[in-house]
Amino acid sequence: MIAPLAVVGYYEEWWIQVLKAIIIFAVGLQLVPVVLLAERKLLGRFQSRYGPNRVGPYGALQPLADILKLLTKEQFRPSTSIGFLFAVAPIISIVTAVAAFAIIPFGNVQSIFGTPVGLYGIDVSIGPLYLFAFSAIAFYGIMLGGWASGSKYSFLGAMRGAAQLISYEVSQGLALLGVIFTAQTLSLTGIVNAQAGMWYIVPQFFGFLIFLTASFAETNRAPFDLVEADAELVGGYNTEYGGGRFASYYFAEYLNVLVISGIVTTVFLGGWMLPFGIHPPGWVDPFVVLFKMGLITFLFIWVRATLPRLRYDQLMTFGWKVLLPLATLNALVTAVVVVAAN
Amino acid sequence: MASTPTPSTPPQPAVPPSSGVTVTAWSPGEDVIEVMRTPAPGPARSGFRTFIETIRGLVTTAGRFVEHPTTVQYPEEKTAVYPRFRGRHKLHRFEDSHLEKCVGCSLCAAACPADCIRVVAAENTPENRVSAGERYAAVYEINLSRCIFCGYCEVACPFDAITMGHDYELSDYDRTDLIFTKEMLLAEPLERTPLRNEGE
Repeated sequence: MIAPLAVVGYYEEWWIQVLKAIIIFAVGLQLVPVVLLAERKLLGRFQSRYGPNRVGPYGALQPLADILKLLTKEQFRPSTSIGFLFAVAPIISIVTAVAAFAIIPFGNVQSIFGTPVGLYGIDVSIGPLYLFAFSAIAFYGIMLGGWASGSKYSFLGAMRGAAQLISYEVSQGLALLGVIFTAQTLSLTGIVNAQAGMWYIVPQFFGFLIFLTASFAETNRAPFDLVEADAELVGGYNTEYGGGRFASYYFAEYLNVLVISGIVTTVFLGGWMLPFGIHPPGWVDPFVVLFKMGLITFLFIWVRATLPRLRYDQLMTFGWKVLLPLATLNALVTAVVVVAAN
Repeated sequence: MASTPTPSTPPQPAVPPSSGVTVTAWSPGEDVIEVMRTPAPGPARSGFRTFIETIRGLVTTAGRFVEHPTTVQYPEEKTAVYPRFRGRHKLHRFEDSHLEKCVGCSLCAAACPADCIRVVAAENTPENRVSAGERYAAVYEINLSRCIFCGYCEVACPFDAITMGHDYELSDYDRTDLIFTKEMLLAEPLERTPLRNEGE
């Protein structure tokens, strides 16, 4: 038994842990097709059209049809690709996305049939660091996938992805520092509990904006989707992928959107808390969190429907010359205020 | 600025600066217009403008979001056509005698720029009276895969025997099925296409 590398907030029995892991993974897995469909339907509405509405009632079975189509396709591999890495890269992407999903708290420790259970995968004392660690590994999924494809488009997309993720991860981390200073804890449940009086979106509004902007870049979403800029790079890092592997990349992308929505909900929108001092029974908490995650996901889709893709130099200029100084300033001012207030 | 470019001198060995040779700057010429530009906005101003324009864009798309989609769900909803719309042809009969209006004169075939009409005329006999005139069209075929729907046949016809209908759903699985015979053109067509009303 090795010593745990991080202090874990709350331990349950091993079988509860396993059960929890399965349930959270199952919920996450079900949310991805919902987000996929929501994105296509909402994009349609934003552009004055219906979106998919042929498969099933209101097009509800469209993601099922898409997934079935992708999974029954041939596993194709270009002759110039590096076989092992080509196969492993989508798995890295999907594993890191699922692992990052584990830290999102859906509720406080609840008593379920007399057994206290924390409504989250794991409550580590290094919440944001855990997130950044896994998003740093997720970048290997894109990088290796693009490089192992043996295609110039994939390679360019992967290179852009690498530069973009490294640039924006700094701002993302610095934007979270303000919250961490104020809450005096790195545990995500601790951060939620610290928001009992006021959600951090109010005092940390600039931190929220910076984090959200950097998150658009981190999840490779429009207007920062240069990684897969269809107009110039065919499909970016996943140009050569098809079938199940392509589906894995897609799955990871949408799960990352959900993870970021969950983190924004937890860190800035008060997690499972409701405003105006309403304290519902414990079983409502996960639904509150899911509702707030839905709002943030809606914002992601809204922005995608609105903003055009940035040029590469604009992306870099914005990341290093605008976002990074602002994030640093935000963290510094918060630090000064926190020290002065104590 | 307006100095004329000095004629290029043949390359000479490097001259010392004190030798009296004057070096003038290259002039772009007389036709270069300097464009006056407003000064570029500062970082604060441009940042603010970017933010405001982003919000404005989001408001614009939100406006599209709340209004009803403009998509026509085609196979279920059909776009209504104007009365003058030139769709699939129709051949006509007289209302009272039910004789065909077409007399097989082939003027439509002559007028057709796509050469898609084929008419073979035959004489009417007292036993077999098909049209009101002396002759009738024994064969009347329109190849709709060639037709360009110009309406010249309609204009050329002296008896208003052929007109352009409103049907635009003409796809088929086989090219030979697109050759419409006289019986098909004479038959009362399925009104599959909604007609636009006056002033609509």
